[in-house]
Amino acid sequence: MTLAFTNARLIDPATGLETHGGVLIRDGLIVAIGPSIKPGALPADADIRDCGGLILAPGLIDLIAFAGEPGAEHRETLRTASEAAAAGGVTTLVCRPDTDPVVDDPAIIDFIKRRARDKAVVNVRPSAALTKGLHGTEMTEFGLLMEAGAVFFSDGPRSVMNAQVMRRALIYARDFGALIVHHLEDPNLRGEGVMNEGEFASRLGLHGIPHVAETIILERDLALVAATGGRYHASMISCSGSVALMRRAKAEGLNVTCGVSINNLTLNENDVGAYRTFCKLSPPLRHESERLALVEALADGTIDVIVSDHDPQDVETKRQPFGEAANGAVGLETMLSAALRLHHSSDVTLPRLLAAMSTAPAALIGSPAGRLAVGAPADLIVVDPDAPYVLEKARLKSRSKNSPFDEARMEGRAVAVMVGGRLVVG
Amino acid sequence: MTFARRHLLGIQGLNRLEITSLLDLADSYVELSRQVEKKKTTLRGRTQINLFFEASTRTQASFELAGKRLGADVMNMSVGNSSVKKGETLIDTAATLNAMHPDIIIVRHHAAGAVELLSRKVDCSVINAGDGAHEHPTQALLDALTIRRNKGGIEGLSVAICGDILHSRVARSNIILLSALGAHVRLIGPSTLIPPGFEGLGLPIYTDMKKGLEGVDIIMMLRLQRERMSGSFIPSAKEYFRYFGLDQEKLSRAKPDALVMHPGPMNRGVEIATDVADGAQSLIREQVEMGVAVRMAVLEALAGGMRNG
Repeated sequence: MTLAFTNARLIDPATGLETHGGVLIRDGLIVAIGPSIKPGALPADADIRDCGGLILAPGLIDLIAFAGEPGAEHRETLRTASEAAAAGGVTTLVCRPDTDPVVDDPAIIDFIKRRARDKAVVNVRPSAALTKGLHGTEMTEFGLLMEAGAVFFSDGPRSVMNAQVMRRALIYARDFGALIVHHLEDPNLRGEGVMNEGEFASRLGLHGIPHVAETIILERDLALVAATGGRYHASMISCSGSVALMRRAKAEGLNVTCGVSINNLTLNENDVGAYRTFCKLSPPLRHESERLALVEALADGTIDVIVSDHDPQDVETKRQPFGEAANGAVGLETMLSAALRLHHSSDVTLPRLLAAMSTAPAALIGSPAGRLAVGAPADLIVVDPDAPYVLEKARLKSRSKNSPFDEARMEGRAVAVMVGGRLVVG
Repeated sequence: MTFARRHLLGIQGLNRLEITSLLDLADSYVELSRQVEKKKTTLRGRTQINLFFEASTRTQASFELAGKRLGADVMNMSVGNSSVKKGETLIDTAATLNAMHPDIIIVRHHAAGAVELLSRKVDCSVINAGDGAHEHPTQALLDALTIRRNKGGIEGLSVAICGDILHSRVARSNIILLSALGAHVRLIGPSTLIPPGFEGLGLPIYTDMKKGLEGVDIIMMLRLQRERMSGSFIPSAKEYFRYFGLDQEKLSRAKPDALVMHPGPMNRGVEIATDVADGAQSLIREQVEMGVAVRMAVLEALAGGMRNG
């Protein structure tokens, strides 16, 4: 079966190249790219789709998304998470390991892969727990879990507080080329904090989470990476202090990367407003000056990856006083639209934004996707960067509706989404 | 006999000639131990104390038999029924035993350096039967004897020492001894079990066992302590066996006539597969036999330096 996208503005974030043309797809793979892919120059049996001059780019890859299974099917399932992903132009999602039971056994990786094969409409790649039961004390079977299909190791929303455990995990991971992805929050420094520490939290009468709860873990981790040579990715940084640490580590040549949540790039603590629990997140939304520092770090490449941090929560865990509500927001469907805000504000170029949501995460998990290249899987999105819409949470595909962008005006979305040569949207 | 020392505290410091003369002497005791009449009178009238602060089956039995075959009076002391349990310090224990005029004390202790400390507090000979993760010289000697008798020599052989090198006194003594006799030693294990700084020894280090075993003549497996199997140094016994357990598939990477050794006691299905441990290439039982001979040789060699010797 041969398919062709024609008349598109091709953006390959892997190379930064922009051209007008098309992409030819056969058996789920990209077989030709460029200006020569146009009607009249295509195989007779090709199914042609005119993109009308819109952007054609690699499908997005989201490294941090909670997909519910196993154990939290009331919040999300692999099917609903994948439908939400497809709606947002995400063609590969990496599901979080902090499920019930925890993904710390190869059999659970196998379960997720089989469920995803049967239910999901996008690619699902499991991540595995870094420590058994997420207890932060004993490392998991990196070798066996990788053989089963784990793409990286993380304790989900928890930081490993025992530095010796982290050090040995980095050393052991090195033998297998395993990637360690770490959440940055010292639970002691967080204490009873529920949002960014500062004037706004104090006026609301809420306990704050200081920047140092994040930077102290990051600084420790970077020192451990320098000592061990492990592969390390800070999952989500949220403040300028972390940006400075990452900038220095990269300048020193450390094998480290970092990500940022789309929420921290596009929202700030003021969005908490009158105790809006959909804006209760980890890491917390910070002051506007911190958001600007993150945007600048994304633009200059200090931040490698944007994640949705998709975290569906049911109504009961969010309809609570702010301090008692669960953390998390759904994000798979809105990541692209929200990210395009940074394009419209001329803060970050389109190729850079797309690279942070495709090429860079692909490289971290060893995926052949994330680029427009012959031989790459046909995971593609057609993006109308200017299409206006108002987000209505009732129309979200996710099983949970806790979006901080509810009723927000958005500009730009994926109008067609292809996964492995199969159109799932459009 | 070229061995003019009072103690055997480690392989470190022994010269090649001392090592080979101990092995030569041990060779003769292999033959003696296979006879019906195994007894000699070399140590008649001498008192040997086996002082084991750590549990041991084969090493303690081996030293006891070695002493008895040479005619010594052998006394076994283990922590379980000694005053150590009542809080006596190592030095007080040494002084107490010394007052009973033993001729030789065999010591195993969980702390590196403890045997050397004890040797400075007594008037008799001391043999290190294993101190922490430091040295286990008679094990290295018996390993060398086993290799020499099977391969005709040690010079030029490629020897892989595999597994928990970090905590292994056997590995440390063997690295020194085999290198001194001209073997090419390489280390194989997960990075968490390779001692920090050992890159500086100049020995090849492999974290991929299949690659590491290519072309080797001798594979020395090490015991993995149970308490280290569950997450602190390695994630699980299952994963360890998959990547660092010696099975037929990994063994096939070594030379076809490669031989397999293990100091015991083995964890079958953790560091070694049963069919390899019991297979045609295994020297594991022969190592035990060589243990008695080597310990007889060491006892006799030290007798020359003992009091009234």
